[in-house]
Amino acid sequence: MFEMLIKRSLQSVLVIFIMSLLAFVGINLVGNPIYLLVAPNASPAEIAEASHALGLDLPVYAQYWRFLVNAMHGDLGNSFVFNQPAISLIFERMPATLELASAALVLSFLIGVPLGMWAGLRPGSKVHKLAMGFSILGVTIPSFWLGLILILVFAVNLGWFPSGGRGPTTSLLGIQVSFLNLDGLRYLVLPAATLALHNIALVMRMTEAGTREVALQEYVKFARAKGVGAVRLMLRHVAPNVMIPIVTVMGLEFGQLIAFSLITETIFAWPGMGKLIVDSVLQLDRPVVVAYLMVVLVIFVLINFVVDILYLILDPRLRAKST
Amino acid sequence: MSSPSLPALASETPTQIFLRRFLQNRIATAAALVLLLLTIVALAAPVLSPQNPYDLARVSFMEAEQAPGGVSADHQLHFWLGTDGAGRDVLSAIMYGLRISLGIGITSALTALFFGTCVGLLAAYLGGKVDAVLMRIVDVQLSFPSVLVALILLAALGQGVDKTLMALVLVQWAVFARNVRGAAMVERGKDYVEAALGQGLPAWRVMFKHVLPNCMAPLIVTTTNQMAAAITLEATMSFLGIGLPQTRPSLGLLISNGFDYMLSNQYWISVFPGVALVVLVVAISLVGDQLRVVLNPKLDA
Repeated sequence: MFEMLIKRSLQSVLVIFIMSLLAFVGINLVGNPIYLLVAPNASPAEIAEASHALGLDLPVYAQYWRFLVNAMHGDLGNSFVFNQPAISLIFERMPATLELASAALVLSFLIGVPLGMWAGLRPGSKVHKLAMGFSILGVTIPSFWLGLILILVFAVNLGWFPSGGRGPTTSLLGIQVSFLNLDGLRYLVLPAATLALHNIALVMRMTEAGTREVALQEYVKFARAKGVGAVRLMLRHVAPNVMIPIVTVMGLEFGQLIAFSLITETIFAWPGMGKLIVDSVLQLDRPVVVAYLMVVLVIFVLINFVVDILYLILDPRLRAKST
Repeated sequence: MSSPSLPALASETPTQIFLRRFLQNRIATAAALVLLLLTIVALAAPVLSPQNPYDLARVSFMEAEQAPGGVSADHQLHFWLGTDGAGRDVLSAIMYGLRISLGIGITSALTALFFGTCVGLLAAYLGGKVDAVLMRIVDVQLSFPSVLVALILLAALGQGVDKTLMALVLVQWAVFARNVRGAAMVERGKDYVEAALGQGLPAWRVMFKHVLPNCMAPLIVTTTNQMAAAITLEATMSFLGIGLPQTRPSLGLLISNGFDYMLSNQYWISVFPGVALVVLVVAISLVGDQLRVVLNPKLDA
């Protein structure tokens, strides 16, 4: 077990290192950003001076080495556009993204689980067909288009919700959040729904499949024969066994939500790190792109690591194989 | 209609069996017809479209932002779906956009299929360390969301049709590699492969001519689904402004161009290309779903 833990940690570090190398070299292949930073009429001497000041005159491997050493000290370079440390730009915007992703995750459970259970208990019925049709649409509809339609219907025509921005926030343990005041919540609804759609469909499908399977088990039949009420049967006997795989998958999906939020944030002008990365790509703000990549990479590797370890703890068979 | 449990008539060819099974599902049949129709529209766009939306001599700023059903100044042309901010007929723009979206989706999925198949077959044939390393790369890549990988690739490669295609192929090859490798591993252990190799046939020939045809069923399904995924991903990247250039307006770019007009309730510029995109992607997915059912060898018994 302990050996496995160390092996996995080393693997994770290796993945982060290789990906950082790939990202850094890849991003550096696109032209020299110096021409975007100096005035258009700058003399060659001025350009050389500016390049030197930013370290852009060094060969790529030397730039990478400098990046690596600085990164170990928590310094991922300064944004060309904002002239601030890239990492602090990202951390400033991270709570907004995490709040959006969490709201989407909560929505997918609140809507996906009851619908999936309902459909799973009545295979072949109208409800079941409707739910399955919805899940196909939910998985295939491009999320940016859904965002547009929601803006058109609920913001432009009905005027129920604002079309973009984050609105007022409340401080919770030093972090600014939207969901604690009613006005902030109105700003959160449309982006969260847009981001959640895909996951609602996914949770619904998994719950439906799980419920169908579990509902046929002997212990459920026995509980029903014993006279357990429908609600209690669902909540106490069926739900726990259906939920285990869904919770694990949703853990992994949280990373996906953080990545997909870059689309949602761009549509709704939500001031998170996803909007920052899209803007930075368009403005060729190289340090921010690399820093965002490193932060998301670490988040992903951490999530994968934790889920792997959880599997090891939950499933004794894997533990036996690993030693 | 005969039910799927009945044994196929001896006189039926495999194509007939396939068609009979496919047509049993009415929704999938409808989806296939829609897809066929959209493909014809895309191919024949220059002939079918009321206007060449990129011929500047035909497009007039005077006719910009007309609501659906409007008529051009010379009463020659009906704008059934309205006009955009530059006076282009939205219906014509959609037909041309369909051409680009569908073309990119098909090209990138087929290219990814080619590279993924080569890697997958290589991994399955060699096994051992090569297989472990290749599949580890595939695992790592697939653990990252496609949107993120495509964004970073396009940030590195820059804009353009070729760059977008390259990014899509780099995103998707891993899916094909994993699928082909899985299917080929099963075939690899069978006697006919050993027999073919024992006869002294070159390995590449055995893999491509003997193993690959037996992996076709899952591959066709994957290719269909990846086509839908490629079209969506391209539309998303173009919407974000980092995919195709303005000179090649795919459906995603049309939607993006109409976004600003939407807030002033000129919905048609964005919504109709969006409907076309959704219909296209959903139709491909439904066909893919039915292909999975029809081509499932477990139902053959």
